[in-house]
Amino acid sequence: MRKDYRLERRKYVVGGFVVVLVLIFIIRLFELQVVDSRYKENAESNAFLRKTVYPSRGLIYDRNGELIVYNQPAYDVMMIPRDVQPFDTIDFCKTLQITREEFDRRMYEMRHNPGYSSYSQQTFMSHLSAKDYGRLQEKLYRYPGFFIQKRILRQYNHIAGANILGNIREVNSRDIERDDYYRPGDYTGDLGIEKSYELQLRGEKGVEILIRDAYGKIQGRYDDGRQDVKPVSGKNLTLGIDIELQEYGEKLMQNKIGAIVAIEPSTGEILAMVSSPTYDPTILIGRERGKNYRELVRNPYKPLYDRSIMAAYPPGSTFKPTQGLILEQEGIVNLSTPYPCHHGYINGGLRVGCHGHESPITLKPAIRTSCNAYFCWGLKNMIDRRSKYGTPAKAFEVWKNHLVSMGYGYKLGIDLPGESRGFIPNSAFYSKIYGEGRWSANTIISIAIGQGEILATPLQIANLCATIANRGYFITPHVVKEVEDDTIASRYYEKRYPTIDRRYYEDIVDGMRMAVVGGTCRNAAFGDVEVCGKTGTAQNPHGRDHSAFMGFAPMNNPKIAICVYVENAGFGATYGVPIGGLMMEKYLTGEISPERKYLEQRMLESNTILYSGVKKH
Amino acid sequence: MELRNTKYEARSAFRSIDWVLVLLYATLMVCGAVSIYAASYDYDHASMFSLTEFSGRQFLWIGISLLIGFCILIIDRRFFEAYAYPIYAVAVFLMVLTIFVATDIKGSRSWIVLGPISFQSAEFGKFATALALAKLFGGYNFVLNRSYKNYIKAFAIILVPIILIFLQKETGSAIVYTSLIFVLYREGMSGFVLFAGLCAVTFFVVVVKYSESMLMGIPLGEFITFIIIMVIMIGMVAFYSKSLKTARNLLLGFMGCGVIAYGLTFVDIYINGLVFFFVVIGGGLVYLLVAMFVEKLRKVIPTLLFVLASVGFMFTVDYAFNNALEPYQQMRIKVSLGLEEDLRGAGYNVNQSKIAIGSGGVTGKGFLNGTQTKLKYVPEQHTDFIFCTIGEEQGFIGTTLILVLYLALILRIIHIAERQRTAFGRVYAYCVASYLIFHLGINIGMVVGLSPVIGIPLPLFSYGGSALLAFTMQLFILLKIDSARREFGN
Repeated sequence: MRKDYRLERRKYVVGGFVVVLVLIFIIRLFELQVVDSRYKENAESNAFLRKTVYPSRGLIYDRNGELIVYNQPAYDVMMIPRDVQPFDTIDFCKTLQITREEFDRRMYEMRHNPGYSSYSQQTFMSHLSAKDYGRLQEKLYRYPGFFIQKRILRQYNHIAGANILGNIREVNSRDIERDDYYRPGDYTGDLGIEKSYELQLRGEKGVEILIRDAYGKIQGRYDDGRQDVKPVSGKNLTLGIDIELQEYGEKLMQNKIGAIVAIEPSTGEILAMVSSPTYDPTILIGRERGKNYRELVRNPYKPLYDRSIMAAYPPGSTFKPTQGLILEQEGIVNLSTPYPCHHGYINGGLRVGCHGHESPITLKPAIRTSCNAYFCWGLKNMIDRRSKYGTPAKAFEVWKNHLVSMGYGYKLGIDLPGESRGFIPNSAFYSKIYGEGRWSANTIISIAIGQGEILATPLQIANLCATIANRGYFITPHVVKEVEDDTIASRYYEKRYPTIDRRYYEDIVDGMRMAVVGGTCRNAAFGDVEVCGKTGTAQNPHGRDHSAFMGFAPMNNPKIAICVYVENAGFGATYGVPIGGLMMEKYLTGEISPERKYLEQRMLESNTILYSGVKKH
Repeated sequence: MELRNTKYEARSAFRSIDWVLVLLYATLMVCGAVSIYAASYDYDHASMFSLTEFSGRQFLWIGISLLIGFCILIIDRRFFEAYAYPIYAVAVFLMVLTIFVATDIKGSRSWIVLGPISFQSAEFGKFATALALAKLFGGYNFVLNRSYKNYIKAFAIILVPIILIFLQKETGSAIVYTSLIFVLYREGMSGFVLFAGLCAVTFFVVVVKYSESMLMGIPLGEFITFIIIMVIMIGMVAFYSKSLKTARNLLLGFMGCGVIAYGLTFVDIYINGLVFFFVVIGGGLVYLLVAMFVEKLRKVIPTLLFVLASVGFMFTVDYAFNNALEPYQQMRIKVSLGLEEDLRGAGYNVNQSKIAIGSGGVTGKGFLNGTQTKLKYVPEQHTDFIFCTIGEEQGFIGTTLILVLYLALILRIIHIAERQRTAFGRVYAYCVASYLIFHLGINIGMVVGLSPVIGIPLPLFSYGGSALLAFTMQLFILLKIDSARREFGN
């Protein structure tokens, strides 16, 4: 056959075409397999279902090892929208016992979440009851794309200490932004130690990598679970709180507004911290949380407001011991310095009233009788002593610095969120009001008796009491005594010394002892325990006086220092003293002696909330 | 003078068969079966050779294929040339029969079921058509370009199976036959036809792909196409008419018009693109006609026709695309052009396929370690999308190696074709090469997301007895024909 060489060259065109084709494919494959890493990620999200395994949250015990807060399982219905295939909606709703409307509403809300993605897990419904869970589990295979996520909710053994414990809630978008540990649907601590010890309590989430085929069926565990991350349980906490004392305190404070703070002086551990009115922590568990929380927010008595650390009250006469200490430290008075009291402090057209007692009077009896005049004279002699300080403003700064060293005017640094700093003015504050150099002791004389601008939290008052009990030092009060396998912050075991010489504290202790033996605090005495105390009756713009008490016992080697503050309850002696006394008795002896039962009864039955001026809506 | 008897001939056939081709064939086939094992590998794994597995059955088919291949080698080589038309007739008969007796499988009626065996008649139509075409070209003194009747005969042989397979609703298999245009090209058909085909595809893709954005008041796709037509026009003047001067003038004229139109936009005069291109290209054509008569410029008519046809084609495409194609076909084309990302529907396969291949990286995840494969993310993994398994488990190295093997196979067949001393052998070999080129191009193109999803298998690789047998028969008949090349010189 004749060969056509012109045509034969066309083999190069055909061959060249194939070569170019294969080259194009190789370039394309290079792009897909080597250059572009997106496909690897896609493959992982395709094949691996990363199932979060939630750690159990740390348990909370009281100081005697009594379990207060523990975990209970709850079940959330989750879905991955992209994996959902058409299913029998009616049957699904029936299984979950929801209406079709609610189903639609949930779907709508889920889709309009900020974190919504059809590729990731979305919470369809949270906190299924065990019964609903069982019913759904049986039928789950009919609803591809849905699965059940086990979660952990809190449960409480004692209906007490809600303000201390706090609770847990689902994270919001701000939490997720702040800490990338959280994913939508996770829980985080809200209020109380659940919030402040969130990092220790939450533990670490684990991941179970499951292999999922194209139909959404789980084919087993990836690499036999070797790549899984085991969850790390949260750390258990032991509190300084004595839960029995806490419960007792809350009972005594029922139908009253106010707070009790009890501290173990030697350690700074808080034994009880009552804020009244309080609430049942169990209502903030589960699906009803949102509704109940809103109700608590709307409640006019503000149960969510922890008065023990957030409320700044005029300390009233409980403030007088600080004055005695400062006056002695500054050399303004000594134990035999007498001041006159003729039913009050009368000077420069000013009169601060007082009640009947001997005159002139020295420091210890002044503490015992809570003499207003004594401390007004003392403050006047200090602020106006130009020979020593130059100006009243300079004298005032010295006065203020002593108070700050005692824990007033700034946050003490308790391990709970939301602590208030109270208020101790500085000289600039008065200069701004009255003008530079235009004020003197008499202008501000009411601060000498814990009125006027002075504000303190019950915690600060209790801390003062603990300082006095310790004769001159305190440890920053704290709720958490021990974190499992961990240490607590150093400030919760380091002693802090105010700028007052320790020997002066003995004089205050004597005065406070005398107040119990033969003064304003006689009702605080029980058994043969040597109780020391100081009442306070604080005038305030909200109605009747606030009734306050601070005390500690026993006098030597004190075990408990306490502050009781009852709003609008009148004299310190009527409510503050008995409640404080009963609390100390309960803590130290374990029970209330029969001859004091009447006092307990009176406290339990009394209602001072009537005088608060808060109108129930 | 050689002693010729059947026994000797058979032995000589084995001695002189092209072992390179056999080796490439066997390698691809075994790689294919092993990949099928990996693709259908489950967590409760059975043996690779178990007949309950796809891979086991594929090995069985490999055995049958080799047996039939052996039989072909011992058949008298003249059998195929002598009975080419009868074989073609039988194949056509079977294809017609299929239309009526086939059961409906996924909307196509292409499978004939005979007891436990089912096969696609279209697969056997391929080698029959190749034989018939070879027989036609091998006829005494047959030269394709000698008469248009030759073209009619050749096209008739090709078109009959295409029509029949279309009737079986196996669009993919039907268009495989269009690849035989390579054969016609090799045998003398003007290269311009190939070029025009290439242009048609390009224009189609450009017009459909860039139909959304506008430029000068016309779709961007049309704008680009106009520019390409102008470039080709200049090129044709330069190469066909062999007048660089005219080409230069045309180029300068076009560019001048473009600059003027662009300049006018600064004084807020915007010329409609349609008007602009009609005037400019029309002007170019008038210039060429003038040049033809005045300067005796040669071969102006083909250029003229090309330009007019191209513009006409361009306007037809848009209309045809939206009106003649079924919505699902439009969708497939749009997906492969990257216009639509329909990950649930038509785009799902391709996207999953790209994910599987892309996740393989350079070296792959290792044999049987592919996750996408095992978890059935890629549909048709063991058949049309078998290449994904290589991509995921063997990585870029594996895919490149397989592609090089295919390249070698096809180039080897072209090499064999060119060493044939008969037109029959050469044409037959080119037919086989054309089928392979088309299958490879469309299948790999589909898997890597470059061409539309057309369900045709990867030759020798994909699971399926019919296709494997068909390719085996094509290749072994080629081996047999080739083995006789040294025998005599008539």
